[in-house]
Amino acid sequence: MESLEQIRERLLARFPDAALTVIANPGPAGQPSLLVGSPHAASIAAFLRDDPALRLDYCSNVTGVDWPDREVVETIKRTVPPPPPAAPADPSAPPVTPKVIEEKVKRHIPGYFEVVYHLYSMALKHGPVILRTRTADRTDPASLPSLTPIWRACEFQEREVYDLFGIRFTGHPDLRRILMWDEFKDYPMRKDYVEPDDYEWEPTPHGAVLDKARRHYPAPPESR
Amino acid sequence: MLGTGLLQGLAVTAKNLVGSFHDPERYVTMEYPEVKTKLPENYRNFPFLVHDDPKDPLGSLRCVACTICETECPPQCIYIVMDRDEKGKALKRPKVFDIDISVCMSCQICVEVCPFDAIKMDQHYEIAETNRFQGLLLSREQLSKSNAYYHQLHPTEAAAVDALLAEQKAKQAAAKAAKAAPAAKPPAPAAPAANPPPPPAPSAEAPKPPTPPAP
Amino acid sequence: MTSPAAPSSFPSGLPSSPGAHVRAVHDDFHGDLLEVSMGPHHPSTHGVFRMIVTLDGERIVRLKPVFGYLHRNHEKLGEQTTYLASMPYTDRLDYLNSMTNNWAYAIAVEKLAGQAVPERAEYVRVILAELTRLLNHTCLAGFLLQDTGCSGTPLMYAFREREKILDLFESLSGSRMMCNFQRFGGCRLDPTPEWLAAVRQLVDGYGRFLDEFEALISGNEIVMARTQGTGVLTPALAISAGVTGPMLRATGVDYDLRKVDGYGVYPRFEFRVPLGAHGDTYDRYMIRILEMRESIQILRQALRDLPAGPILDPKAKNRGFRPKPGEAYGRIEGPKGEIGFYLISDGSPNPFRYRVRPPSFVNLTILEDMCLGQTVADAVIILGSIDIVLGEVDR
Repeated sequence: MESLEQIRERLLARFPDAALTVIANPGPAGQPSLLVGSPHAASIAAFLRDDPALRLDYCSNVTGVDWPDREVVETIKRTVPPPPPAAPADPSAPPVTPKVIEEKVKRHIPGYFEVVYHLYSMALKHGPVILRTRTADRTDPASLPSLTPIWRACEFQEREVYDLFGIRFTGHPDLRRILMWDEFKDYPMRKDYVEPDDYEWEPTPHGAVLDKARRHYPAPPESR
Repeated sequence: MLGTGLLQGLAVTAKNLVGSFHDPERYVTMEYPEVKTKLPENYRNFPFLVHDDPKDPLGSLRCVACTICETECPPQCIYIVMDRDEKGKALKRPKVFDIDISVCMSCQICVEVCPFDAIKMDQHYEIAETNRFQGLLLSREQLSKSNAYYHQLHPTEAAAVDALLAEQKAKQAAAKAAKAAPAAKPPAPAAPAANPPPPPAPSAEAPKPPTPPAP
Repeated sequence: MTSPAAPSSFPSGLPSSPGAHVRAVHDDFHGDLLEVSMGPHHPSTHGVFRMIVTLDGERIVRLKPVFGYLHRNHEKLGEQTTYLASMPYTDRLDYLNSMTNNWAYAIAVEKLAGQAVPERAEYVRVILAELTRLLNHTCLAGFLLQDTGCSGTPLMYAFREREKILDLFESLSGSRMMCNFQRFGGCRLDPTPEWLAAVRQLVDGYGRFLDEFEALISGNEIVMARTQGTGVLTPALAISAGVTGPMLRATGVDYDLRKVDGYGVYPRFEFRVPLGAHGDTYDRYMIRILEMRESIQILRQALRDLPAGPILDPKAKNRGFRPKPGEAYGRIEGPKGEIGFYLISDGSPNPFRYRVRPPSFVNLTILEDMCLGQTVADAVIILGSIDIVLGEVDR
């Protein structure tokens, strides 16, 4: 199978204005992925499915990932330009070399939601090609294009992502909650999900569960 | 011919019916409370603590209250409080060791991670209780079982553990002897012992929340 | 004798449009459509599973599966505990096949951390996985025939054999169903020679059991009339819907991860991949019987070639395990289909993202398509032939 870079080149030739980025995977698994901009996601997916050299007819896994806001400390090398000479240029003065300084910069990476598709080919027996789509930020309603019209396998899995992450898939034929009940309000797989305080008392002897039990039930006289 | 498949199947059931009277391969059920199966040696259900001295089941526990099992336990069903003397010095034994077997899922990870071979899996499975909460919360008194009991349950594994512990003990004794031999002449006190003991921390007694409230 | 096949007027790649072939009209002769809720507490649904069925007479014109009654957010639990502590939780996904769940998770973590596995452990994993396949398919054959109306007998015969395999699992891992046996970089314990001898004995006797089981039921005319032609699944729809495992191969698509990915030591064994021709319920039953026969072949070869050596990689670290940042998707051919784990590590002891790709959840996608135009009684056996376990569907 072609490398992801080659696939990207071919996709760019076919869709010149599509946003396509190869995301490297730093781990030993070596499964890089292709970040696809939302406007072209469906047509790119259709291309990947129908292209005779790829024929990625099988979408194995669809999942959401919640990336909360992050602070990253990076060391940046910066060239400091020499201070402008106070006096008019003095030809006899030695040339001032620009200084290189290192400084630590805190970079704020805003959070986003991501949907990951693992594609394989049953016809040609190769894979995986990993597609990712991202929202711009974590504000509701988060929305991404649905790939269910391309691969039927996404139908339930995208419903699950909607249910647990709250990402709305535009173009999904039947977007309802699937694991939680219909009246449920929040999205439990989000990193900032706070579970409701409808705690049922169980005498787990320690930790957060005990603290919670204390809040709901008055402490008995010292038993031990 | 239509119906041969049916007749063939009926022949099989007839064979099994007759076979169940004389062939143990075909009569596999047991009348449970009267007859019990022999449990395999590796069978596990809930953990217990091993003690070495049957006369002092709580004092001779191998557990040193290091709380490794407490942190590794997937459903978080273990609760340990280290015993301390009046000065707040850790005594390397549990004051509280509770296992909530209504939460425990018998995964044996506590046994795997224990570096002291102090916690092992029991095979006692008739554990029905009338009290759902306190009845299934086992304290250290209920959990403490003798090494002989452990040998009875898992003979191969227990023999290996005993050999390992004896080896460690011999190694420690040898190291101590080697250390004592050159320094035998002046019984110089070790440096930390010369310092006065630290004052007992007021909160040292209860670093964790105490026992659970009764329902 | 057989009911008409599901209408194929829907484009195969797209979700079905309900009501496209409704005959009922509001008059005295035809009557109205009837909406029936099958389940969640119904013996035919293999757990707490509900189908909202819209009926036109006895024919199904719309079917919406409803599940999640067993949902405990397994993935969130996986993100809140360490890598090792998730291992016993994977037992509880598909509680019939804990050994393959363990293996799939171990493979994903090994990929994530670049952990090698000793050869002996790979062989032991194959032995355990194939025993699990025997166990699952035996159970399924029993359950499916129970659903068709063969009350008791085939199920009891199947359970008798299943119990023998569970006894082997118990004597090896300590538990019948919640084995918690695989570790990252090998297995927890080394099987003893006595255990391997017991497996050999079971494998030698299993072919006889299959012969007897097939004599009991495979040629039974009533079973054939009941299952042939019901719940037909086309290969194109199966591929598009991501159906995997015996369900897919019953439609004639040759896709077995043991051959395609060649994970573990599977490329060393000689075995065939049975394929169906019609994609109906009978094919799905027969595929499982044939796969069991191939599993016996694999087991024979694995037991013959089992090498000596360590069972756990000496460098393997299970406690305090922190893989480097990265992500990995690991998958194996479970008895129900492709079971995969997708993990993202941020370098902490807990996975940042822990995702299970459950085969029976994805295989349920096409339940409605297979049931349209069939009768209510057929829906029961079609669901039975998908082979779902609700612990895995609901997670």
